[in-house]
Amino acid sequence: MTETLKFQAKNISRVFGHGKKAVTAVDNVTFEIKDREIISLVGQSGCGKTVLAKMLLRLETPTSGELLFNGKPITATGDPRNHWRQVQAVFQDPFSCFNQFFTIRSQLKASFRLFETKPSPGEIEERVDQALLAVNIKPKEVEGKYPFELSGGQMQRMLLARIFILKPQVLIADEPTSMVDACSRASILDYLLKLKEELSMTIVFVTHDIGLAYYISDSLYIMHKGKIVDRGAPDDVIKHPTSDVTKQLLEDIPDVHRQWIARDTPPVHAAE
Amino acid sequence: MTVSAPARPLEQAAPGPAPKPAKSNAVLEVDDLRVHYVTRFGHKIQAVDGVTFSLKQGEILGIAGESGCGKTTLVSGCMGLYIPPLFHTSGDVRIDGKSIVGMTLEQNRKEVLGQKIAMIPQGALNSLNPTRKIKDMAADMILSHDESADKKSINDRLRERFTRIGLDADHVLNSYPVELPAGTKQRCVIGISTLLNPKVVVADEPTSALDVSTQKAVIKLLFELMDQEIISSMLFITHELPLLRHVSSSIAVMYAGQFVEYGTTEQVIFEGRQPYSRALMGSMLSAEPGQKSRKPVAIEGAPPKLDKPIPGCRFAERCPVAQPDCKTTEQVLRVVAGRQVRCKYADTEVIEQVGGGL
Repeated sequence: MTETLKFQAKNISRVFGHGKKAVTAVDNVTFEIKDREIISLVGQSGCGKTVLAKMLLRLETPTSGELLFNGKPITATGDPRNHWRQVQAVFQDPFSCFNQFFTIRSQLKASFRLFETKPSPGEIEERVDQALLAVNIKPKEVEGKYPFELSGGQMQRMLLARIFILKPQVLIADEPTSMVDACSRASILDYLLKLKEELSMTIVFVTHDIGLAYYISDSLYIMHKGKIVDRGAPDDVIKHPTSDVTKQLLEDIPDVHRQWIARDTPPVHAAE
Repeated sequence: MTVSAPARPLEQAAPGPAPKPAKSNAVLEVDDLRVHYVTRFGHKIQAVDGVTFSLKQGEILGIAGESGCGKTTLVSGCMGLYIPPLFHTSGDVRIDGKSIVGMTLEQNRKEVLGQKIAMIPQGALNSLNPTRKIKDMAADMILSHDESADKKSINDRLRERFTRIGLDADHVLNSYPVELPAGTKQRCVIGISTLLNPKVVVADEPTSALDVSTQKAVIKLLFELMDQEIISSMLFITHELPLLRHVSSSIAVMYAGQFVEYGTTEQVIFEGRQPYSRALMGSMLSAEPGQKSRKPVAIEGAPPKLDKPIPGCRFAERCPVAQPDCKTTEQVLRVVAGRQVRCKYADTEVIEQVGGGL
């Protein structure tokens, strides 16, 4: 029973500040994340989805409630690397995740430091090459290159290459597509699906775009003001939204087939 | 669903064919504009290569394309912001019939920027100075064009305008940017940019850093400003084609410094005739039930480097339906099915294998 659950949260809350100025970022949330599933946390900016993701990463501790990983509670003390070997993250801005002063390849090689036993130098080179090929980049393309020489989409793939090297059990993807060109977005999602299929990874996908979440995930959690207001299989949530927040989110997407904003003045066309 | 909205004639337009359409109501006219960068090694990079369009009173033109296509360079050129390493090569830009190309930067700043053409910058949230109050930054905008303005009249003007765009003027004007939420900051930036009622507003990806709900609010605000005739026409730059479907009346798809397709919104989004614009549309995702079966296809590779002239079609390297002669013959803009297209095979069935609309 508990073997198939990766994360289990029981009534967790996170409050910042205290007294009059206290802000409840995550408010009494209970959920379970099953093994080998992609779940999406969807909500507007400031709804607490990133704080929740940080708690899963052990970067924040819940002020109350219990958070279990693989059946064991996540402790705030001890070497965090034990946790990070199993739970890794991809963030919004790939440029701030890499050091500007070192080549990309040397930084990918440095990620082997996380392992308890470091492989031999030859094996490290080989595994970096494999990881680069997994994200469809020829190792020669980035040889000797620094982060600022690559585009946003390529850098985001470098972060994913790091995940292919580390092979964690769980990947927390915090808005991995928002800094990426709209037309490379689809490829980032494809790599996430590939991680799930090939390395049987559990993925927590944090986004504000319900369209992306719908495409990729096995279950959806809609958040609003620190609470989970809607949850379930993507098709159920999209077709039968139960909360107003979900309805609002769906309505705000600029979908090509329905009217988005009503305007009184007719559009002016360029005469051909 | 209002897909087949016919092109409406302009209300202000004179009846019958005007002898000189350029004079009648075009606010911004760009005539074969070419703009280049010079790298520190002395290489010349032709970032915008022969772009022609005109923007009418009340029109919103969307410019789409992926990063590195020259969208932002094009608008810098349109605004006359030739700050090295950006240089003007050839062609003309006219705002209200007056050419801005030969102007010095100082003259341009005094007479054109802010008054005739204004910009809502990319990443507007970071474009406010964190050490100054909103009212001081807004006052700068007025003072730089009218040095004689006194404090009281400026204050009244700011208060009136900020109330009009739906902000709590007293609170917002006396705040520092960090004290305001993202949506309000974005409104402030738009408010400051449009303070002098510019003819043309250039919105350079104004919503890329915002979530969907704030995005909608921002677009609504821009529409309100147009309806209240504070701004008259807009250039809207984005890489999200589905957004343009609702915002603009016509779309120009840009690739490697050139327009590859230029037509009305319906034409470009639903029945694109150019492989690049079709592929761009095919890479988009939507949240409609049933869309899960439609697999979005990303465009592999990156736009070409423009330091050397490219002999054939610029998209041929990445085009899924490239023909053998595409890489050797230069492509020109021509009219196919009522819009301008830069593809030799635009009128053949080959095109229909690519992408496909949502």
